Amino acid sequence: MSDYYETKDLRNFGKITDWNKELGEKFFDYYSTVFEEGHLSSREKSLIALAVAHVVKCPYCIDAYTKDGLQRGITKEEMMEAVHTGAAMEAGANLVHATQMMKKYKKLSH
Amino acid sequence: MAKKSLKAREKLMAKADEQLKFLNNGIFEDELPTFKEQLSDINQFPLQPNKLEILQINLGYMCNQVCAHCHVDAGPDRKEIMTKSTMKSCLKVIQKTGAHTLDLTGGAPEMNPHFRWFVEEAAKVGIKDFIVRSNLTIIEANKKYKDLPEFFKKHNVHLVSSMPHWTEEKTDHQRGKGVFNKSIRALKRLNEIGYGMPNSTLKLDLVYNPSGAFLPTNQEVMQRDFKEKLIANFDIHFHQLFAITNLPISRFLDYLIASGNYEDYMYNLVEAFNPAAVTNVMCRNTLSVSWDGFLYDCDFNQMLEMKIDSNRKHITEYNEAEIQNRNIKIHQHCYGCTAGAGSSCQGNIT
Repeated sequence: MSDYYETKDLRNFGKITDWNKELGEKFFDYYSTVFEEGHLSSREKSLIALAVAHVVKCPYCIDAYTKDGLQRGITKEEMMEAVHTGAAMEAGANLVHATQMMKKYKKLSH
Repeated sequence: MAKKSLKAREKLMAKADEQLKFLNNGIFEDELPTFKEQLSDINQFPLQPNKLEILQINLGYMCNQVCAHCHVDAGPDRKEIMTKSTMKSCLKVIQKTGAHTLDLTGGAPEMNPHFRWFVEEAAKVGIKDFIVRSNLTIIEANKKYKDLPEFFKKHNVHLVSSMPHWTEEKTDHQRGKGVFNKSIRALKRLNEIGYGMPNSTLKLDLVYNPSGAFLPTNQEVMQRDFKEKLIANFDIHFHQLFAITNLPISRFLDYLIASGNYEDYMYNLVEAFNPAAVTNVMCRNTLSVSWDGFLYDCDFNQMLEMKIDSNRKHITEYNEAEIQNRNIKIHQHCYGCTAGAGSSCQGNIT
């Protein structure tokens, strides 16, 4: 496992097109379009991406969107709030399943 | 945060030749193209000047601050200061140059004992845009500097001042404890006499450079954010924000190496190389004069002791036509000026 998640691997992300140019380029086109200024600002999108990076537990994405946030002047307080938003959503998604547990518990109990 | 310059601490990266040696080795031996190779690929080597527009004069390396990323390695312990005699040579050049902008920098240029005399004499020439790069805190540093805002106003000086962030924490981390609050007080005083106010002809621009191992983002977006925050939090106004990339030299290079960020940072710069930025890169329209009167393609080359490639290397030998017919000296640090939207002392260049 020692060669997993090496920071420098992120530099080679663009090279995924070497083994499938068409799909790789379609992905990168889509990706860059998504992050352009739109109804949401690029700054807002950067914070969403940071939160998602933590939810999907992607070390590369965490590195990339921490740096992206710094570049945009996003403060560490804003970044941490974004991460908590993602964490709260994860916790919520977990806890809302408790309704299933409660429902089943009641159904099975006499 | 260090209170002394790299030079005073006798650090290896205080030496120009060691910096150049470092920038030549490692990843530039076999992984990344050198800046020369990159220019050759787009048929821009050797790089040559366009019309001279900006004469930038460094009045000395002494400064009241010791900022973490200072490419000059400036600080209170630096004693390199331009003499009145060299200033007189500069004035002769200012009187006949075709450049439309005079740009005084340092260190803190105001700490040169002949600063006010030089500004008064240079202002008489009537150059179109007369810039002083003031660190703001100098106005608060000592009683003798208190009237600088009025002095600047009297001579219609265009002020360009550093402000790395709109928060105290980030600004102080880069520029020293207490710098943010002093800068805010100085900006308020400048606003009070008209500097930076909407529609005012007293120009006050701010310089943003990233407080760490990352590149600046879109200059217009940063300007919008800075204006929003500084007006909302402090009712402070300024005109333009210049986003400047930290070049990998001097203290910033020392930091990149010590923090393990050097390779990633250079990869970022090389990946962000923008051929369009080469067209307007600062060294093509600027000449830099050092405290001791030597001529350089830019302030960064000055710090790396790379004098211009000309037989006339000193202000006393100045001949504009001859000097403009030269090749510009380049090295890996130049990637800092061609990354993304490009970077110069006047901000983005594309």
